[in-house]
Amino acid sequence: MDQILLQILNGLDKGGAYALIALGLTLIFGTLGVVNFAHGALFMLGAFCAVAVYQFLNLEQVTLDPDNLTPWGTPMEIRVPYIESWFGETGAAILNFAVPLSILVAIPVMLVIGITMERGLIKHFYRRPHAEQILVTFGLAIVIQEIIKVWFGANPIPIPAPALFSGSADIGAAFGFAENAISYPWWRLVYLAFSLAVIGAVFAFLQFTTFGMVVRAGMADRETVGLLGINIGKRFTIMFGIAAVVAGLAGVMYTPILPPDYHMGMDFLVLSFVVVVVGGMGSLGGAVAAGFLLGILQSFASMTEVKSIFPGIDQIIIYLVAVVILLVRPRGLMGRKGVMEG
Amino acid sequence: MSISKTGTSRRTILKGGAILGGTALAAPHLFIRRAYAADYLNAPTGSTVTFGFNVPQTGPYADEGADELRAYQLAVEHLNGEGDGGMLNTMKPTALKGNGVLGKKVEFVTGDTQTKSDAARASAKRMIEKDGAVMITGGSSSGVAVAVQSLCQEMGVIFMAGLTHSNDTTGKDKRANGFRHFFDAYMSAAALAPVLKSEYGTDRKAYHLTADYTWGWTQEESIKAATENMGWETVATVRTPLGAGDFSQYITPVLNSGADVLILNHYGKDMVNSLTQAVQFGLRDKQVNGKQFEMVVPLYSELMAQGAGENVKGILGSANWDWKLQNAGTQAFVKSFGQKYGQPPSQAAQTCYVQALLYADAAERAGSFAPCAIVDAFQGSDSLDGIDSASNKGFVFDGMGNGQTLYRAADHQCFKPVLVVRGKESPKDKYDLLEVVDEVPAKDVWYEPDNPMFAGGELGECNNGV
Repeated sequence: MDQILLQILNGLDKGGAYALIALGLTLIFGTLGVVNFAHGALFMLGAFCAVAVYQFLNLEQVTLDPDNLTPWGTPMEIRVPYIESWFGETGAAILNFAVPLSILVAIPVMLVIGITMERGLIKHFYRRPHAEQILVTFGLAIVIQEIIKVWFGANPIPIPAPALFSGSADIGAAFGFAENAISYPWWRLVYLAFSLAVIGAVFAFLQFTTFGMVVRAGMADRETVGLLGINIGKRFTIMFGIAAVVAGLAGVMYTPILPPDYHMGMDFLVLSFVVVVVGGMGSLGGAVAAGFLLGILQSFASMTEVKSIFPGIDQIIIYLVAVVILLVRPRGLMGRKGVMEG
Repeated sequence: MSISKTGTSRRTILKGGAILGGTALAAPHLFIRRAYAADYLNAPTGSTVTFGFNVPQTGPYADEGADELRAYQLAVEHLNGEGDGGMLNTMKPTALKGNGVLGKKVEFVTGDTQTKSDAARASAKRMIEKDGAVMITGGSSSGVAVAVQSLCQEMGVIFMAGLTHSNDTTGKDKRANGFRHFFDAYMSAAALAPVLKSEYGTDRKAYHLTADYTWGWTQEESIKAATENMGWETVATVRTPLGAGDFSQYITPVLNSGADVLILNHYGKDMVNSLTQAVQFGLRDKQVNGKQFEMVVPLYSELMAQGAGENVKGILGSANWDWKLQNAGTQAFVKSFGQKYGQPPSQAAQTCYVQALLYADAAERAGSFAPCAIVDAFQGSDSLDGIDSASNKGFVFDGMGNGQTLYRAADHQCFKPVLVVRGKESPKDKYDLLEVVDEVPAKDVWYEPDNPMFAGGELGECNNGV
């Protein structure tokens, strides 16, 4: 029982990341009709916003220690982060909260990156076939990856979570389980709550603001909204930016879970596409539901008990489920009629 | 269709005459060439000789590849008599004079393995066919090493393996043209076992997470056998897909499995991720069966330790070499590497540097770059001290950072002391991450070539490529 609960938590956690990326993907697809293969790269860029902030805060004052020599004869370096030598304990506390603070930086940065990407490149491909859109966005993803690699190297970069959230929470005890039967890392719980909050915010934005209403109308019938004299293209551009921010935030908060490297976007991209397809192309609710569903399924399939019956099932379960769902419901779980069928 | 298929036409006779005539004219020249060059592939004819450095320049191990390349460039400098000479001053015996190899200046070409077998084979092939490389060296994965080694065997050049730790490289996939200086999974397990026993006792339950490819399998097999031998129980062995990223679904089952040791048979990014996440799940602070929960990483690397940051503290593993060792070879190498690049070399850099020098030395001793002559030069009849075995035979050298080392003739594997290392509690800087706990002598990590973990392959005949 405790195993199952733990795997559900794992699945929710992973599902949170899948759902956030898939939500952005499907937002872009629903509004602009573009299949954005660079979306994983946006997730990765978000993570590297956190890396950049962390490294900036960690800029070190280097003093040479002439009494201590390296084995090759140069003086040893003493490194102290500027922020600590200037602000003392406050500085150390800021350093400690580098990841949550990165959110403040990531929002404007990702918005600008998203809008630049849409205006600079992707808008030229609206009337082209999907295959060309895929090629150009995939190419863009590779370019972004390589730039990040030149700048930050190929090795994963560890980013610590705030000390407050290190360690595990004994959630089992609250539900009457034995002590430590179900303990789960604090930061992963924070991540789950955070992803739910972001998903909620996006839905509220689309549902309860005029801007969101226009966007939804545009998704349903772009031409009519345009005929009403609304500049729907501009709003869709902003939606692209918002989708980039959502992916970026997913990346920022993921850094303490997975030391980021230049390739992390690709690892998530393929799965997120499966999530979008299973959820139904263009369906926001479907993307979120499928994200959590597939996350949980993947976790269950990795259990030793399951693997002993179906070896290797953990690596194919998602695709297997995708095949079955597409056979039974060709438009995905909550797919609308007419999307990508014309 | 059947015209002149068997009969001899006038044209054929003319052509044959021309070839005969040409041969007669060129005969003196041909005889001279045969003595040196024409009997092996890519024999250098000018005043230079070309080495091919096949390292990951892109992909997940690009940083490790960059360090290997730094080491090779340093080796080339030292071989050509530039710089301070590094290990040329400490290696014993040596035929190298610091004037190139066999009087030829060493030049090099590089290839990008991308840590993919097919890409690595393609780049090696390109360096052999287009650039005329007389040997190939490097790499940072056993999958790649095995693939490139068999390519070099087929094409007829020498392969000096870089960082590869699978038993198979000099086990079932060994080749006459291939040589490995790095240690292997069996040696890691043999070196770690006694330290694990003294630190964690004999009554332990181990849980394995294993990368699902050649290296992971042999690593798991080796450490499982070694720990079970000393009384540990294996609770489960779970294979994880290479590059899984998030390992949480493999780690949570460990929590309540009754295991009190987690052995991570992971390397590179996988190890960074699985270790980081295992620590997040509180495994290191857990008490199970009345004992402190422990984690073991059988194969350490400095770059991984950097990636895992704080999480490596106190965790035991093994290494081929460490820059903090206090011997003449290490100090000479660290000094020239540090002066040139401003950082200490990784163990990947050391094994590559040593391989390049050993190859050059073998060529110098053999008087030829011919692969079969190189193989002969490594045969030898020396033996390591303190090991009573018929297979303790080959080429013995010293002064290259690892102490007395045997290149065993039977399988082209080096035998030397193995380091047991631990993540440092309070590192002085970002290079000072591991401390050496023990230097396990070669006799304690020795195995016979027909050990079941290595059986099944044949060295075969050396191949000169013509």
